[in-house]
Amino acid sequence: MAARIGVITFPGSLDDRDAQRAVRLAGAEPVALWHGEHDLKGVDAIVLPGGFSYGDYLRCGAIAARSPIMSEVIDAANSGMPVLGICNGFQILVESHLLPGGLIRNDHGDFVCRDQRLRVENNSTDWTNAFTAGQEITIPLKNGEGGFIADSETIARLEGDGLVVFRYLDVNPNGSINDIAGITNDRGNVVGLMPHPEHAIEPGFGPDTPDAMRSGIDGLPFFTSAIAALALSVG
Amino acid sequence: MPTIVVEVMPKAELLDPQGKAVSGALHRLGKGHFTNVRVGKRFELTVEGPVTEAVLAEVRDIAEDMLANLVIEDVVSVHEASTETVAAGETH
Repeated sequence: MAARIGVITFPGSLDDRDAQRAVRLAGAEPVALWHGEHDLKGVDAIVLPGGFSYGDYLRCGAIAARSPIMSEVIDAANSGMPVLGICNGFQILVESHLLPGGLIRNDHGDFVCRDQRLRVENNSTDWTNAFTAGQEITIPLKNGEGGFIADSETIARLEGDGLVVFRYLDVNPNGSINDIAGITNDRGNVVGLMPHPEHAIEPGFGPDTPDAMRSGIDGLPFFTSAIAALALSVG
Repeated sequence: MPTIVVEVMPKAELLDPQGKAVSGALHRLGKGHFTNVRVGKRFELTVEGPVTEAVLAEVRDIAEDMLANLVIEDVVSVHEASTETVAAGETH
């Protein structure tokens, strides 16, 4: 039976349908989840999609992090369920304290939208096991508040424990400390990143590659990784 | 009804791009002697009943739990608004 991966829609989510499509193309069954319900509908993994939940009011992700379904998400994450937060989803994860640190306005003050090269620093998480360690990938990045920050103790722990999952290559697009693009928790089941893997999953609609325009599908392994991690945990 | 004011500022050691942009605009307007601007937030919570120490403590908890994210911000003040401030606010 195909893995069931839930995608939560918050008021102001934008990329929930893209994330559902990515889940389907990776071979799992996407399940739409609603922020206002205390119901994960028995899913095996969860994606918190990008967008501007609650119009970024208060702080990006702050109000969504306190929505009804998040109490179930926090419990599930703490019991090991794979959870991926993309962009606004990453902001929701840090606001929920499922991941450390915070995300602030880009240091240059501008919204940035580009195909971004990243290095996979940790390929042992539930969302990166289909990559090789050190693999360089390109997926879209689009944010105004993507500057990852944390106190020096937290940064030292993230770096020392191998919890930095992705690092920006070529340019640091938002002032993130140590070029950090994505991180994970100790268990490796919760991953958050600012760039958007769900926009690079289908030839014709992804970033350009040396081979062909828009042929980049470096985002697909995120989702096949989760499927593999779930198969492993059941098997 | 009384109003409790909560003031939140980005942590001093963090870059404040908003403040930097305002500061840049001031500079262009010939007000460069204001060498730095930092932008924070002010919340006004209207509460039923008198403002007791317990109510203020509750607001401090709310401020630290939700109104501010202590990873990136500091709660710099939680206090009852003076009557003048509230009256000024209500005449708008």
